[in-house]
Amino acid sequence: MRTPATPASAGPVQRATSGPVAGSAPAGVPPPPGKLESRLREARASGRKLVVPYLTGGLGDDWLDTLRALAAAGADAIEVGIPFSDPVMDGPTIQEASARALREGATPHSILDALRRADVDVPIAVMTYYNLVARAGHRRSASELAAAGVAGAILPDLPVDEAGPWVEAADAAGVETVLLAAPTTPDERLRTICARSRGFLYAVGVLGVTGERRELAASAREIARRCKAATDLPVLVGVGVSNAEQVREVCEVADGVVVGSALVRRLLDGAGPDGAGEFLAELRAGVDR
Amino acid sequence: MTTPPFLGGQDGGPVADAAARRGAPAGTLMGRPTAGGRFGEFGGRYVPESLVPACVELAAAFDEAWADPTFRSHLDSLLASYAGRPTPVTECHRLSEQLGVRVLMKREDLAHTGSHKINNVLGQALLAARMGKGRLVAETGAGQHGVASATAAALLGLDCVVFMGEVDVERQALNVFRMRLLGAEVRPVSSGSRTLKDAVNEALRDWVATVETTHYCIGSVMGPHPYPYMVRELQRVVGDEARGQCRALLEGRDPDVVVACIGGGSNAAGTFAGFVDTDAALVGVEAAGGAALGDGAPGVVHGMRSMFLQDEAGQILEAHSISAGLDYPGIGPEHAHLAATGRATYHAVEDAEVLDAFRLLAATEGIIPALEPAHAVAWLVRAARTGGVAPGSTVLITMSGRGDKDVAQVMEMLS
Ligand SMILES: Cc1ncc(COP(=O)(O)O)c(C=O)c1O
Repeated sequence: MRTPATPASAGPVQRATSGPVAGSAPAGVPPPPGKLESRLREARASGRKLVVPYLTGGLGDDWLDTLRALAAAGADAIEVGIPFSDPVMDGPTIQEASARALREGATPHSILDALRRADVDVPIAVMTYYNLVARAGHRRSASELAAAGVAGAILPDLPVDEAGPWVEAADAAGVETVLLAAPTTPDERLRTICARSRGFLYAVGVLGVTGERRELAASAREIARRCKAATDLPVLVGVGVSNAEQVREVCEVADGVVVGSALVRRLLDGAGPDGAGEFLAELRAGVDR
Repeated sequence: MTTPPFLGGQDGGPVADAAARRGAPAGTLMGRPTAGGRFGEFGGRYVPESLVPACVELAAAFDEAWADPTFRSHLDSLLASYAGRPTPVTECHRLSEQLGVRVLMKREDLAHTGSHKINNVLGQALLAARMGKGRLVAETGAGQHGVASATAAALLGLDCVVFMGEVDVERQALNVFRMRLLGAEVRPVSSGSRTLKDAVNEALRDWVATVETTHYCIGSVMGPHPYPYMVRELQRVVGDEARGQCRALLEGRDPDVVVACIGGGSNAAGTFAGFVDTDAALVGVEAAGGAALGDGAPGVVHGMRSMFLQDEAGQILEAHSISAGLDYPGIGPEHAHLAATGRATYHAVEDAEVLDAFRLLAATEGIIPALEPAHAVAWLVRAARTGGVAPGSTVLITMSGRGDKDVAQVMEMLS
């Protein structure tokens, strides 16, 4: 297991100043930033916009090669989906990818076993649904993630009010739990979410499930603005960010983006690792010039 | 209209529900859940962040409406003049003779639209209108909740979209046509097992995108807080009426056993709510192919922590039942709690027993049941024959719906 603790550099790593912690999550001192948060902060400090692709774990035999291609093409972190039978936060593209991966035999263990062999230095965050970590037990799931070298976890059906027991176990194992903020989140609640989120803050750019959108929703810039005003954590906008132009647009306000369905659709269409790398390079070009 | 302060869901908020009037504090069985919507270890609110504010708002709006005499009398008058309440309790003389137990039947099949589902949707549709939401989305299995939702939407002038698995669209074609006649849009769902579970997923996905203008009218005691509590309160009219009706028939006594079928568990929860503080044994009957309490494990799906059929990894399994309304791999969280405390017991019956019970009830009482409550009848038949219910006991069974929607399907299965 990789040691998840202290950031490698003493760079400009600051903890978000957090308000009083209410609700069910532990009120203790947050752990020091882990690999995910440190890396993202370092990259941001160097003037770079953060591009984080989402890839469905177990989708095709070559998904680990795709993961490596994404890392090589300049991903700042990679979200790996562990497919769940009932993905309510996902639109048709990721639903299809999840169903296909499950049909091909993907399980949480097969994906974690593969990640252990991935040998990429880019931080990995798994994105899955709460039942898959709750089933095995919080502590066991958290330590299995850590043992596979996973830096972070994103559980879109686990809102901050219910997150306490999981976050406690994840913190103890050194797994950073990324929380989500939505366009409908009121300001006071947003502060609580910011105080509890680790790694980065996932700003949901649009009211809706994952999927490509023709236009960037006005809500994407607005939620990015509100999140940036509320926290010093890296703010990444995801859901409905679909192409280089939209990445550029949202990064005028946000620190970065998560791009899922647009990449997964290409993979479903057979783009393979090379196509994935090229797409990522295209997204990067929008913000690196 | 003055708005009572919402106490952030704290216990002791402005409630005037029957349980509160009877002085049932939080933590009492079938009283108010905790602030976070827990019944023991079950319940809660596990939804995407986008939906949390809507659930919080709904909990406050329901508390306020439920404590508002104007809202209550509006709902009561619709239940009476539109839905046909109170529904009667029928003595089933010939069935009683055959089984050797005294069978009383609460006749939700006689309510408008043919099932208990109307009680819940009239309440939720009134609430949606009161909250300024002009659109309803609903999931449906057998189509009864979809029909009820479409009906309430037509009555109150709301838009209505009903999600229904493709398998169910096929086996409940009559109800699909009824919903369309009533002006609702029916969207077939082709993902997953293409039954009720997937219809819930799709309704949730719609709601995530439309939450600002749409109310999700959940059809059972499931989903995130406040739904399990709210739907039980809206269905408790079944149990509250039945309690008085039983006392009138039984010289002031309560029945020995109270039985209802369980899909998500709303007709059972409404029935049990009227009897939880009596000595009556409470019995829930699941389909053998969807026995979340019999074969499931604790999990978190569809906004709630409850019991679900799932594999070792936590992937949810498909349920299998001849009854579309019971084809659900989970169960409402309050039932999981009632089972854990032992106050209610839950049993499963096989499809073949259900078909026998369906025919038996038709032939002995002239009542063609829906396949869902035929499960409750099937359990009673088995229990009476095997001594699970003592000879001479009095049993109240909730006939949650009528069989019109199932007659074509049964005809095919029997031919
Ligand atoms: C007649 C009838 N009874 C029962 C059910 C099951 O629902 P619940 O368990 O919520 O009462 C249904 C669901 O479709 C139904 O149509």
